[in-house]
Amino acid sequence: MNLSETLEQCRADNDYQTLVDAIPYARTIGMGCMKAGDEVIFTLPALASNVGNPTLPAIHGGVLGGFIEQSLQLHVMMVMDTPALPKVIDLSIDYLSAGLFRDSFAECEVLRMGRRIANVAVKVWQGKKNEPIVSARAHLLLI
Amino acid sequence: MSDHNPSDAGASLEQNLNLFLQGVPHSMALGMTLEEVGDNELVIRLPYSQKIVGNPETGVIHGGAITSLMDQACGLAVAQALAPTFDITPTIDLRIDYMRPAQPGQDVLARVSAYRKTRNLVFARGIAYQQNRKEPVAHCVANFMRMGLSKLPWQQLAGDQPQ
Repeated sequence: MNLSETLEQCRADNDYQTLVDAIPYARTIGMGCMKAGDEVIFTLPALASNVGNPTLPAIHGGVLGGFIEQSLQLHVMMVMDTPALPKVIDLSIDYLSAGLFRDSFAECEVLRMGRRIANVAVKVWQGKKNEPIVSARAHLLLI
Repeated sequence: MSDHNPSDAGASLEQNLNLFLQGVPHSMALGMTLEEVGDNELVIRLPYSQKIVGNPETGVIHGGAITSLMDQACGLAVAQALAPTFDITPTIDLRIDYMRPAQPGQDVLARVSAYRKTRNLVFARGIAYQQNRKEPVAHCVANFMRMGLSKLPWQQLAGDQPQ
């Protein structure tokens, strides 16, 4: 199955984990995907290989960045009519507090879906959703 | 971490930067290596591997791995700029622009520098490229906060930081 077919299958099943598992990088960082009604929440487990500072210990800022990028791409792919893996044009990440060595969660919000470009915001949290540890926004090319 | 001995005070900057990098589990998991330490800049290599592929149909690596590379490289450039003292310097923000897709099968190099430091902050920027520095894959700027733990000798870094 190619990615588009995988996505079609995921849509039919309302379970996107197969799509996440089809992407090697997403598997490397251990990403997961949960549906809560129509909402999608992406998950990043606290893996030893995701650690940046072993003394604290803290999740690597780059992994959180990669997690965000992968979440953005998958989220946009899920809401697009003609699914294809969108390309990230640019990404701006604000690290609000250290990512502790525990599971992280991400939720995306499409602020504008144009014909060619989407603007998407992401929030990442660990303990409480209203206490985000990372806030980011990105532009994605849809063609 | 007790699996490597912190360097002695006479160790070169490059040795210390290498120790710093080797103390970061995720960067080691992706196979990053310190390629070059120049005058106020450094180069880190991210080897091509199957585990960082973002598009299984084309073999193109995921932008997320490049984000990790740039964050790591900028963080190391900050350490280079603050040497001979060492400080804990978390990333406060990072902006990355992807100018062209990375070619599958080729390593990615990050060439970065910390171009300004103040009492509280360090500003870093750099590019990611493959064969040709004039055709970057990505451009990045990142700012870092100095926690003020400076005056730590380098041999206390990467594993021996006080809690």
